[in-house]
Amino acid sequence: MLKRLASHGRVVLTLAVFAALGAATPFLNDYLQSIITRALVFAIMAMSLDVLVGYTGLRSMGHGVYFALGAYSAAIMIGKMNVANLLGVFGVGLGLSCAAALFLGLLAIRAVGVYFMMITLSFSMVMWGLVYRWHTVTGGDNGITGIIPPDAFGLSLQDPVLFFYFTFAIFMVCLGLLFLLVKSPFGKTLVGIRESEARMKMLGYNTWLHKYLAFVISGTFAGISGTLWAMLNRFIAPTDVELVTSVEALLMVALGGPATLVGPVIGAGVIMFLRYWVSTYIERWYMFLGITYIITILYARGGIIGLVERLWSRKEEAPSSAPDRRVATSLTTLEGRKQP
Amino acid sequence: MTVFTLRNLIELSYNSLSYAALLFLLASGLSIIFGVMRIVNLAHAAFFLLGGYVALTVYRVLGTALWTLPVAMVVGGSVVAGVAVVIERFFLRRLGQDMTAQVLVTIGFAFIFFDTNILIWTGDNYMLHRPWPLDDSTVIGGIAFPRYRAFMIVAAVVVWAILYFVIERTRAGAIVRATVDDPQMARGIGINTNLVQMSIYGLGVFLSAMGGVVGGAFLGVSPGLDFLILPYAFAVVIIGGLGSLTGAVVGSIVVGFMENFGTALFPELSYFALFAPMAIILAVKPTGLFGRS
Repeated sequence: MLKRLASHGRVVLTLAVFAALGAATPFLNDYLQSIITRALVFAIMAMSLDVLVGYTGLRSMGHGVYFALGAYSAAIMIGKMNVANLLGVFGVGLGLSCAAALFLGLLAIRAVGVYFMMITLSFSMVMWGLVYRWHTVTGGDNGITGIIPPDAFGLSLQDPVLFFYFTFAIFMVCLGLLFLLVKSPFGKTLVGIRESEARMKMLGYNTWLHKYLAFVISGTFAGISGTLWAMLNRFIAPTDVELVTSVEALLMVALGGPATLVGPVIGAGVIMFLRYWVSTYIERWYMFLGITYIITILYARGGIIGLVERLWSRKEEAPSSAPDRRVATSLTTLEGRKQP
Repeated sequence: MTVFTLRNLIELSYNSLSYAALLFLLASGLSIIFGVMRIVNLAHAAFFLLGGYVALTVYRVLGTALWTLPVAMVVGGSVVAGVAVVIERFFLRRLGQDMTAQVLVTIGFAFIFFDTNILIWTGDNYMLHRPWPLDDSTVIGGIAFPRYRAFMIVAAVVVWAILYFVIERTRAGAIVRATVDDPQMARGIGINTNLVQMSIYGLGVFLSAMGGVVGGAFLGVSPGLDFLILPYAFAVVIIGGLGSLTGAVVGSIVVGFMENFGTALFPELSYFALFAPMAIILAVKPTGLFGRS
């Protein structure tokens, strides 16, 4: 019984932290509230990317594509066509990002390693180029304004607190679904592919199909965060979906800890906090951001979760936690890094 | 559509070719760096811009005679290459082949440069001067050809010729090629591959920064230009194939023409027309047109 509880300890702890967050946020000041909402929106994007980068080992630089599709479809429907159906807006965003992932996956999954990175990077550029120059549809550089979130079940999402809970609920659902996904036998095959695709092939798995499904699922979830982002800001512009957005999502995964799902959520929280809170106090914001990138890579391999686990295991020296630690750091150790 | 009169075709082609020349100066270094080091260098366009800023200071000190242009090209290229070599030695080398780490560290440096540029040269937009006689146009048959664009084409051809000669015909080039083909074997026969990689990073960045000096009188020098042209650099090397010099030439020409003709023909979808073929080429041949896996 105790053992059983301990094995679920992480899940219980995670749920408790999120419950506390959900309970406390309405009492925080408006600015902190908005930062937390932003962090949750980006957390969905970072978690979905983690399925691809952390669990499957496919380093995508094209996640901004689905974010852009989710955001711009909402922007065009609400801001330009005056659609007031929340479910419809989310449905179209979800459908578009899923369709895009279905198509782009066909192109991308064949490529491996750096070429996968290049081809997904090119998707980012295509998407950015489209929204940047296609003025008649996307408003070009000026973006689209007036993306007022429609009412949900008779509740006005224009209220920041209600919008926070709306985002929070969607976030928890995404977290739950993605958690079930990575813990499922299918999720285990993804980790298997990351560790050794040849071996998985030999065992009879259709690795192409598994990678393709991971790609599609990951992209579809990223679309949700785009739709939320557009409604949260009530404004969308090409700068929201440029290449840097895709890279920033990668940073969130690396900073929090790849292949942990909760790690990227922490990463998203830290980055959003830095971007919206610290940047108001620091004059040289981009310098600070650049240094954050570099320090994360040089000193926080395995991410924040990896650091915590290392400290934890040093205290306990429990061999049972070894496999988990390996998952958390394998992204960095298995890529032929030169051993010092 | 007025694009397809002979006059417009000639003008557009001239513009495309000179734009392609600038893209070659920008992207050839990126391609070489990738070919030898397998590094995805997201700071490449930041080095390009930094070269332009250094040239700005060079012109302020030396004045604006014609001879200051080559001086600025060499000084700009060397100063920025020096910075890059330090970054390679103390940061990139520690990352090995971890691509996620390379991407995040190089973009981190791009952000740092973005900020230091503003700190040193303020956030103003500058246009580097075009020294006489490059500041004017030559009129042939009623069509004005800006001379500076011709200079960009000549500069790119000279750079290509030197690179081709060095890589294919010299001992240094042979060492580099050996390092590309089989780094382990190269180390085995006594080649210092670390030194080769550092030199190649320096060379690639030198080319980019020199391109920035040339391009500074064409695209201007302003904050954010780096992030604006980075996609073009990648478009060139992705189409041509990472690590191939011939690929960089072809990629530059393809992108140069598609950008200019695309903007003239269908301005709203020009980026789409530019980047979509790139995605398709990659889907068919993931290594690019001339790349090797």
